[in-house]
Amino acid sequence: MHKILIVGEHDGKTLNPATAKCVTCAGSIPDGEIAIVLLGSDTAAVAAQAAAIAGVKSVLRVDRSENEHPLAAIFAPQLAALAADYTHVFGPSTSFGKDLMPRIAALLGVPQVSDLMSVEGAYRFKRPTYAGNAIVTVEADPARKLLATVRVASFQAATGGGSAAIESKSTAAALPSHTRYVGAKSGSTDRPDLQTAKRVVSGGRALGSAENFKLLFSLADQIGAAVGASRAAVDAGYAPNEMQVGQTGKIISPDIYIAIGISGAIQHLTGIKDARTIVAINKDGEAPIFEVADIGLVGDLFQIVPELERLIGS
Amino acid sequence: MQKIMVCIKRVVDYNVRIRVKPDGSGVMLDGVKMSVNPFDEIALEEALRIKERGTNIEVVAVSIGVADTQQQLRTALAMGADRAILVQTDAAVEPLTAAQTFLAVAKKENPDLIFLGKQAIDDDANQTGQMLAALWERPQATYASKVEISGGKASVTREIDAGLETIEVDLPAVLTVDLRLNEPRYVKLPDIMKAKKKPLDVTSLDALGVSANVLLKTVKTEPPAQRQKGVLVKDVAELFDVLKKKGLV
Repeated sequence: MHKILIVGEHDGKTLNPATAKCVTCAGSIPDGEIAIVLLGSDTAAVAAQAAAIAGVKSVLRVDRSENEHPLAAIFAPQLAALAADYTHVFGPSTSFGKDLMPRIAALLGVPQVSDLMSVEGAYRFKRPTYAGNAIVTVEADPARKLLATVRVASFQAATGGGSAAIESKSTAAALPSHTRYVGAKSGSTDRPDLQTAKRVVSGGRALGSAENFKLLFSLADQIGAAVGASRAAVDAGYAPNEMQVGQTGKIISPDIYIAIGISGAIQHLTGIKDARTIVAINKDGEAPIFEVADIGLVGDLFQIVPELERLIGS
Repeated sequence: MQKIMVCIKRVVDYNVRIRVKPDGSGVMLDGVKMSVNPFDEIALEEALRIKERGTNIEVVAVSIGVADTQQQLRTALAMGADRAILVQTDAAVEPLTAAQTFLAVAKKENPDLIFLGKQAIDDDANQTGQMLAALWERPQATYASKVEISGGKASVTREIDAGLETIEVDLPAVLTVDLRLNEPRYVKLPDIMKAKKKPLDVTSLDALGVSANVLLKTVKTEPPAQRQKGVLVKDVAELFDVLKKKGLV
């Protein structure tokens, strides 16, 4: 039997949907039993959410004041200790998981599969390399523990309706004092979270200015969408980096992705290829974005976007 | 602050279009242009800027790879690194092996800071820096977009999914850098000439007591699944109709 421990991501109040996607991934490992571990200062609320995910056997809570912020140097020794009872340890390939999981792997002296995109067997997986241009199948030694970050865009979230047992855990791991949390600045917005939104409107360099991004915000608000940006638009200063979609930004899988004034560089396409429907609006009919778009419209975005918004509103 | 170590990887140049070999044994690398991993260039640039603001700070560039990796280390020297170390091997080096190797070098060099790119653009693993920090039992600050050093500490602003986060770490520490930290300098011809005279030591995994274990065996390489090409609509009204029919707006 395989025992899989999933490192849950949360902000103290809400379990990140990436966790339920890791559960789906772990669920495809043959003969597996799934536990979720949550580290925090008070994980009562998020533990209840984790316990409700279908397919989860148990939820482990590790509450202590040092765990208030997700610092890899603090979390890793505790998770390395808890990993003793498991064959696999998975985390999401979000900035949280990417920062944390390799530190655990090194403490355990085991390899990590990054961006696991499909399970081919209990120790055989597919993952992307070269910005998604080459997909490799890798095989790990069953004699060793295996760590992985799960490419969340490749998996649907597991459904609710579960009733896992919740238990409190503590570890004897010594925690370092060399790393301290100072603060965070989020582009606080009422719009849906880009990473988990079902609808995303995204803009490229053709928008021409930060001011013109308001066109996209207006359309996005009308259809309840998150707003993204290409790396070119971020580099040009039209949008903040947390809006970046692509290999070096966020990899997303919304139901609909509307790419406006985005030419479709390979590194951008890597970030959106799991979107169910891609719509491209661009004045250059030869732009690579049209190679992957399900629906394309060649024309001037400054006319098309307000007109589309008007039609949707009518 | 006396010494900064920068880890550099030789990778396929980011402009090269990657092709998978028809027999699925890997990607085509014959005659392909190789460069310094772009994130590692940013890491080196940051180290050089700290060096230029301070006094008597030495920047050491370290790489692991085939003999030709000397080319990328010469680029690092031309950018301004003081000396370079190549751990020469023909073996495939996994992130854990790379971290063990850099640890062995760090134990000899005792740097105050180790900079790496957040990931290499070939295997996209995003592991080596974090693993090195764990093995070295030192802090890590990944995805840095701003670095301030003072009084034996680094204040690092990190690019995370939700926005920006700032943490403070005691030195020595491992920092991995993100795209927006800086824009690396261009190398000028006189610097390339000067770099030829800078020291570049070659050592081996054996000499450092590291073995290149294969913990993850790559059994197949294939091109990604292609999306079907879609349809072009003629105007906004038709676009709206299609979206509405699909229930997407």
